[in-house]
This record gives sequence, C-alpha cells and structure tokens, in this order.
Amino acid sequence: MKMPRTLFRGGAAEYRPGTTGRKPALHEDLFVREGRAIKKAGGALLIAKAIPGTQYNEIVEVRLSNGTVKAGQAIDISDEVTVVQVFGGVSEVDLAGTRIRCKGETLKLPVSDDLLGRVLNGMGKPIDGGPAVIPVDYLDINGEAINPASREPPAEFIETGISAIDGLNVLVRGQKLPVFSGAGLPHNRIAAQIIRQATVKGKGENFAIVFGAVGISYDDAAFFINNLRGTGALERAVAFVNTASDPAIERISTPRLALTAAEYFAWQRDMHVLVILTDMTNYCESLRELSAMREEIPSRRGYPGYMYTDLATIYERAGRIEGRKGSVTIMPILTMPDDDITHPIPDLTGYITEGQIVLSRSLERGGVYPPIDVFLSLSRMMKEGIGPGKTREDHNNVFMQLYAAYAEGAYLREISTIIGADALGDRDRLYLENADRMERLFIAQRDDEKRSVESTLDIAWELFSRLPEEDLKLISEAFIAKYLPENNRTGGDSA
Amino acid sequence: MGTIWRISGPLVIAEGMRGTRVYEVVEIGEEGIVGEVIGLDGDRAVIQSHEETLGLRAGEPVRPTGRTLSAELGPGLLGSIYDGLQKSLLALISDSGEFIRRGVKAHALPRDKKWDFTPVVDKGDAVEGGDVIGTVPETPLVEHKVMVPHGVRGRISEIRRGEYTVEDMVAVVENNGDRREINLMQEWPVRMARPYRKRRDPSGLLTTGMRIIDYMFPLALGGKAAVPGGFGTGKTVTQQQLVRWAETDLNIYVGCGERGNEMADVLHSFRDLKEPKSGRPLQEKEIFIANTSNMPVVAREASIFVGVTMAEYYRDMGYDILLVADSTSRWAEAMREMGGRLEEMPGEEGFPSYMGSRLSSFYERAGRVDCIGGPERVGSVTIAGAVSPPGADFSEPVTQHTLRIVGALLSLDTSLANKRHFPAINWLTSHSQYVTAVRNWWDRFDPGWEVTRAEAQRILQKESELEEIVRLVGPESLPDDDKLLLLVARMIREDFLQQSAFSEADTYCSPEKAGLMMKTILHFHEKAKEMLDAAMPFTSVRSSAAVARIARMKEIKNEEFADKVKAIREEIDGSLGAEADRDDGTVPETAETKEGVTP
Ligand SMILES: Nc1ncnc2c1ncn2[C@@H]1O[C@H](COP(=O)(O)OP(=O)(O)O)[C@@H](O)[C@H]1O
Ligand SMILES: [Mg+2]
Repeated sequence: MKMPRTLFRGGAAEYRPGTTGRKPALHEDLFVREGRAIKKAGGALLIAKAIPGTQYNEIVEVRLSNGTVKAGQAIDISDEVTVVQVFGGVSEVDLAGTRIRCKGETLKLPVSDDLLGRVLNGMGKPIDGGPAVIPVDYLDINGEAINPASREPPAEFIETGISAIDGLNVLVRGQKLPVFSGAGLPHNRIAAQIIRQATVKGKGENFAIVFGAVGISYDDAAFFINNLRGTGALERAVAFVNTASDPAIERISTPRLALTAAEYFAWQRDMHVLVILTDMTNYCESLRELSAMREEIPSRRGYPGYMYTDLATIYERAGRIEGRKGSVTIMPILTMPDDDITHPIPDLTGYITEGQIVLSRSLERGGVYPPIDVFLSLSRMMKEGIGPGKTREDHNNVFMQLYAAYAEGAYLREISTIIGADALGDRDRLYLENADRMERLFIAQRDDEKRSVESTLDIAWELFSRLPEEDLKLISEAFIAKYLPENNRTGGDSA
Repeated sequence: MGTIWRISGPLVIAEGMRGTRVYEVVEIGEEGIVGEVIGLDGDRAVIQSHEETLGLRAGEPVRPTGRTLSAELGPGLLGSIYDGLQKSLLALISDSGEFIRRGVKAHALPRDKKWDFTPVVDKGDAVEGGDVIGTVPETPLVEHKVMVPHGVRGRISEIRRGEYTVEDMVAVVENNGDRREINLMQEWPVRMARPYRKRRDPSGLLTTGMRIIDYMFPLALGGKAAVPGGFGTGKTVTQQQLVRWAETDLNIYVGCGERGNEMADVLHSFRDLKEPKSGRPLQEKEIFIANTSNMPVVAREASIFVGVTMAEYYRDMGYDILLVADSTSRWAEAMREMGGRLEEMPGEEGFPSYMGSRLSSFYERAGRVDCIGGPERVGSVTIAGAVSPPGADFSEPVTQHTLRIVGALLSLDTSLANKRHFPAINWLTSHSQYVTAVRNWWDRFDPGWEVTRAEAQRILQKESELEEIVRLVGPESLPDDDKLLLLVARMIREDFLQQSAFSEADTYCSPEKAGLMMKTILHFHEKAKEMLDAAMPFTSVRSSAAVARIARMKEIKNEEFADKVKAIREEIDGSLGAEADRDDGTVPETAETKEGVTP
C-alpha cells in the first residue's frame, strides 16, 4: 500500500559524514505516565479513565496490544476521563490491551540548517532515505503569536516576472497571498514559475523555500520536488510531504511543521523564506473530519466554527519583525470546491490572507496562461510595495487605469453578448478591443517568460495608447506626457 | 482556591469554587492565566479562559481574584497599543520579546511615568462622582480631565499640584470621617456601561473626509454605523480612513480577530501621519487594541468591551470619540465558540441565542450625552463596526442583527471592489438616518445640501433603471437626454463618489470641496440639458473639454478648490455654447457658497 518513495531519495543536499541523527536521549522515561483503563473507543476517539497529570492538547502514544504504536492528542481532560484523539483512527484498538503513554510533550520539530535539502513526511520524519536531522533545537509546531506591536509592515516588492501579479496584484515580503484555483487549473505551474523567477530587486540575500504538500497526489508532489531540483533550489529547500495516501489526520500538522521550519530559518537564521502550502482544501477537509469525530456543533457546510481561527493561526505566521532580518512569506494554494469562491474554504481564507490570486476557468479555456482573473484577485499589501524606488513612479496610476479600462471592456463584453457588438458606439468598441488585448498581451505570457516590472508597465502603456487620451483620467498628466507612446495616439472618439 | 477539573479548549471547569461570582476574574493554573467565571454549578465554576489552555493539567490551582474584568482608566491610554485584555503590547515586548507568551502580565497604564497635575478645585469644595478636580496634559492633543470616581462624594480635604504617577494620591475627599484618596487612575468593569445624566439625539456631522459618507450617507456624533462587506471590499481601509480623518477629539481602533500586518500598518502610519490642524503625530489622539486572529479567541469578546469602556471614560470628560471595531463578526464568532463548548442550545448558524442582545448591548453604548458632574459637559461616542458576512451574504445572523441596531449602513459591494471602484460603498443600498441630524451643520458650508444630495441620488437611481434598458437595446439607442443622464451619473460615480484612500490630494476631502464638486457636476447637467434642447448633438457634449476638467477635479487641493473650481465653471459655460447667457439663475450660486455663508 505504501507509495514508492524513491523519488524523494537522493534529492537531499549532501549528508555530512558522521551524523547519525539520533534524537538526543530525553529523560523521557522519568516522566512517562501510562493509562490502561480505556472505557470507550470509536471513530478516532478513545475515552480512558483520567490519566493524572495529562496536559491539555499534549501528544500521547497509543500502544495497541498487537504492538502498533499510534500518535494521539489529549483533547479533553478532566479528573474523571481523558479523551484522546488517535491519529490514524482507532481500528484495532481493544479496550483491554491498549495503553496510553503520556510524556508531557506537545508536537515538536527538530530544527537545524540540516533541514535544507531534505524531504520529510507530514509528521516531520525524513522520507528521503537520509539520516535523521541533527537538531539544534526542538520547536513547538504551534509556534507563538507575533506581538502585533513588534511587526514591521511588509513593503519589499518581490518581482515574480508575471505581469498579472507584478502589475496588478503585487506580492511583498512577509505577505500571505494564496492562489485560489480549481480542479485542473494550472496552479502548480504558476507556483513553480514563481519559485523559479521570484527575486527582490538588488538583493542577493539568504533565502529558503519551504514546501508543504498537504494531501496532494504523489505526482503533484513529485512535480514540485523535481521543479526545485531542476532549478537547483532543492538545496535551499525543505519539503514536508503528506500525499493523498498518507493519514488524513497528519494533514493537521503538515502546514504547522512547514511554518515551524520557516520560522526557524527566518527568525533565527535571518533568511527570507517563501512557504508554499498545497492543497489547503485538503487541510480543511481534515479539520472538518476531525470536528465531526468530536461531535462538535458544525458551522457552515459542516466546517467547524473555529476554522477561521484555526487557519489564522497558520497564516498569521507570515510577516516581518522589527529589528530582525528575515521574513516569512506564505503562498498557500487551494482548490475552490465547485469553483465557488463563496465556499467556506476560500471565503474564510480570503478573510485571513492579504489578498488572493484567483484563477479563471474561462480564461484557461480561452487559452490564456496564466489564467489569472484580475478582478477577483487582490493584493492588500500592494500599496506599500510599489512606487518610485520600489517599482516605478507611474505604477499606482497605471494600475488604477488598467482596472478601470478593463472593467469597462468586460462590462461591454457582457452586454454585447445580448445586443451584439454592432450596437456599440466607436468609443465602446475601443474598450471592447482593449479587454481582448489586455488578456492576450498583458495577462498572457509563457511559463518561462520572466518580465521585468518595467516591461509589464510598458505593455500597459501600449494598451493605453489605443484609448482616447482624455479617458486616462486616473493617470496624472505628467505621467501621460512622459510614458504614453506618441506613435499610436488616437484623438478620442471624435476622431 | 479551587482546582481544575476539566479542560476543553478555552473552557475550563474548576471545582472547590464555592463563593465565586459570575463574571469574577480568576487566575488559572501555575502560570495564572486570566479567565472569567461564566457559570456556577454547585461548587463547580465554568470558566472561559482568555488565554491558551494548552498544557494545563487537571488538578492545577484556580484562584478567584474578587474582581470583575475591568479596564484601567487614566492618563497614558492615548498612544497605547493593547491586547484584548488591555495588556500593553509594548510593555509585553520589553518583558518577553516579540512573541506573545502566555500568562505574562502587563499593566495598561505605566506605573512609573509622572503626569503634571493641575487642580481646578480647592480645599473645602464639595465634590461628587463625575466632577472634574483637575487636568493633566495627556498628549499635546488631548487634555485629560481627572474626575472623581462614581460613588465618591464629600469635601476636598487635601488637593495637590505637580508631578504624580497614576498611583500617587492627588486629592482626598472626606465625608463624615470617611476618607477617600483619589489618584489619577480609576477602574471600571468593562461589561457595565458608564452612567451619564441625560441622553441626547445624535447631532452634528462627524466629518470623515470621505465624500460618499459625509455627503451621501453622513454619520452624526453619537451615532452608530455598520460597515458590512465580503473580504476585500474595503471594511478595514474605510475604518482606518475614519480614525485617520474624523474630526473628533480622539479615536479608538479595535482590531478584533483580524490581521497582524494590517495592525502593523496602522500603528506605523499613525506614527508618521500628522493631525492636520496641529501637525502633531496622529497617534497622540488614538488608542489601539490589537487582538489579532491568531491571538486567543475569548479575549476578542473582552476587547470590544474594553474599547468601549475607554471610549465612555473620555466621553465623560466631554469629548467626542469615534470607536471603530474591525470586525464585530469575529467577536460574535468568539461567542459562538464558547457557546459550542458549553453545549448550549445553538441559535441561527450555531450562534448562541444571546448574540443579538450582546451586540445591542455594545452598540447601545454609543450616544451623545450630558455627562455627570461639574462643570457641565456634553460628550459623545460614535461607533462604526465592520461586519464580515460569510460569502458576502448579508442575510446571515450577525449582519441582520446589526442592521436592526444601527442608524447608518455603509454597504460594501464585492462587484464594485472587483472593478476597483473604491470606496466600494453601494450608493443604492446604503442609507443614513442622520441626514436631518446633520442638516444644519451642512447648511453652513453648502446651503441647500439636502436638495442637491437628493438630486444626486435621483440621478443614480435613474441610472440603475436605465441600465436595464441599456442591457436590452444597447447604449446607442437611448434618447439624448437619457444618454446625458448616464454621462452625469457616471460623473457622480467616478468623479465624485470614487475616492482613493491612497491618493495624496484626494484621501481627505473637505466638506466644502465635496459640496462644490457636486454642485459643479449638477451645473454641468443643467447646462448640457440646455444645449441638447438647443440641438447640440450629444457627442459634442460628451467630448466637450468640461467633461475632462470635471474628471480631474479631485486632484485639486482642498484649500485651492474654491478658487480653481471657478475656472471649471467657466469652462462649462464656455464649452457648452454661447447660449449660456440665456441662463442666469444657477450659475453664480456657487460663487457665494465658497464663502461658506448663508445669505
Ligand atoms: N478607499 C479605498 N481607496 C483605495 N483602495 C481601497 C479603498 N478601500 C479598499 N481599497 C483596496 O481594497 C483592498 C481591500 O480593502 P480592505 O479594507 O482590506 O478590505 P476588507 O477589510 O473588507 O477585507 C485594500 O487593500 C485596497 O487595495
Ligand atoms: Mg479587513
């Protein structure tokens, strides 16, 4: 039943000789307490007679009488009973022989620079055939909330080389910007292109990539890892892989492990870390499953009421901290069930993240790559990341004018499907045409094409040159004089 | 002292708690994390923990404190940044670094800072709760009035002058041998509204600098407004604009269950931004509460009440305060979370049945009041709450409950936001009850405002009706006067209502400028109608230079507007033909309004 793991082997950076990677002996046995009196088992829950001293939410070991060891978590404790949620379910648990061992630990990730170049599973165990990671520290995978007063507002422009992003929905360091996709849309290709191309102007700093695969197919995980390897980025990367065939319950810890590694690199090792998490829809499904097992009162469509807060504890780990050099930028990918942006998963995500890049099935069908729906897409951190010294002085004006003109064209396209384009006036036809040109020339590009932000803005000016100049009211007259190409200028609709 | 019996998420049940009261604050576990008793059952107390319960064990101690959840009130609040329980986040940084540790304590008011106290009463004066006994320059923008705490009365037997900390005694009030020391600080239980003498109707415009609010859907001092909208529609930017530009004495920004980066942005920009009149940093008139989405959920519930308690305290000094809460939905979700753990009978969408009344108990604390105590003062608290409806569907319970309570609705629209029409406040579905409350105020700047406003609304309403026809027959087949109406409606939408928060010249628009802008657009409409009647083709009207001039009106600075708009007027009269002389009624009117005087 196990998936072949060979792909993940040998991809790791060289192992240093002499490292055995054994977890340093903890005085664990001193603190271990055991519970035997299991009263009830069902779904993923074990209810045992209270195990004294158990901490709320601590990670416990469940030893079945057949020798299997499973991980579990104490989710409700009282003087009378301890309720343990068993990762991987309670199959084969018998009430008489099963033991619960409590070590007083919450789930921790061993961290060190040795993580770079490695592939681990969704519980943080190496699966690339390499040795265990020699830790310099063990970090609680839940992290700690950054004090809002010590955050530095993100403001450094990351050039992705993709016009629809760099021109209209700018990504900055420390932002959390998800990709909302749909089944079969090229989100992986876009994410891979961003990983290959992303740079920060004039900076050659230390960076790292953390990849968290959450319940995706083996092939998709392989695609990412091969892509990292192909660009030589694998030695600056660490992957946490939970594939579709791995236990669903481990999907709860996978993104947290990824972010714990990211925080270590960013806050302790001064690196700029880009975290890709895919597919967070699978994460949410696991959360719903767990909640159902706990018989909690569901909120919309069966998802737990705390899903907003739960996702926030993951995504809020992005950011910058005053006085520290590193940063954590998160780009989660999720597929919208039924392409529905109002579904609780994209909806709650959009309420947490600093914008979203939304992919469109109709653009995809129209042959546009990347099929980014710029109307539904948004970057809330954009205003900090653009302008003179960052991108270009005209960026904000161009951005507003591009939207206004494209929105007008999109509206005219909609009404012309009923009344026919012939029923439109000359001016309206210019806008209709502009919407097509916008999609073909500005949004569309090759997946190996890295456009500088200047050339992205120049394409926009090229589009503007076909519109009546007096309509460019969102652009200052000075910029029009400076950037509008002379050759194609039209005289407006009186011409 | 009791012990923990059960832990489930933020819910803790302790036994051996006989004698505790509901809403009493308790300290849970060895670390003493803060919780609040929310129910009693025999000797068991049901406690909601305001901090993470991770790692707690059954059997750990639970200590009652005898207090209810209270806010510290006194000089030092302004410019501070608090978590939901009023712990100073800056103090936490120096104590425990950049990450929030559980169980750490921090006072709201600094204990070592000295304030310059000037008494305004003398020894022997009779005083009672609410009377001002002295002042402290809290910041260069706000003078703090030190008031006798409610419940205290008697004669001043001692009064001091000079530099004191918030804990030092500055006065003594004696009443029949009962001696009460007064210092600069008092406490107030956050769930209880502070009393006032008399409630007044909201009145006077709360100037926000946003045209669509001030001109179309005005807020009045003491009013209540809701700002609902799907994600990315502009709730946060709108609220930030409000606290940035509102002409109030001070503002309170409650970030409740929202983003950390956004809070960082607010905090940094308020350090840099200057208060327009004094040139002082804006943060000198702001209090921030930052209880971000990854911070403990239950404290969200407290954060809103802590915020409004501080607002009432400054109201009692006779100030006008604006409180914004972003987002009240996250607050309601915190209630849902607790309700679920308590296995209460859930109401709509899992929210507890008391959610609606809890929401009104918050909004009801807005208002314009005569304060208790002397000298006579009138103060107000205006509340604007963001609502985040799931799927941008306004029929959900939090939005619906809120709409029943508030007097103004600024309804944010996803389709406008998608087109980047900002502020994405829908002009057809928003409303304000405060139009009459601010009429007199407006008439000072813009005589006839109510009439012009109604005309603008009529044009927009008509546009939406014509829009349906356009979709069937196309824009070209409309008669010329309808085409003109669509052109003018577009001007109102794009050249008046649209206003970028990020444009230097346009981020704040004075009411004078707003009034003149609208008058100019409507003047264009009048002139153009005449021209159409005089057989000028619509295409010439549309391509007239006046249209382009109106499109750039926003870029003109507030202080230069009255002057520069004259040229636009002339352009309109000039480019719309020679027959302009036929008319003399409507043109010169704005020349007078620029003086801002009613005839
Ligand atoms: N008044 C405005 N002017 C310019 N841009 C705005 C305005 N309001 C909103 N926006 C844009 O919309 C984005 C989302 O707004 P925000 O207030 O964060 O939405 P919400 O809080 O409703 O999710 C902002 O990042 C900004 O780009
Ligand atoms: Mg917001």
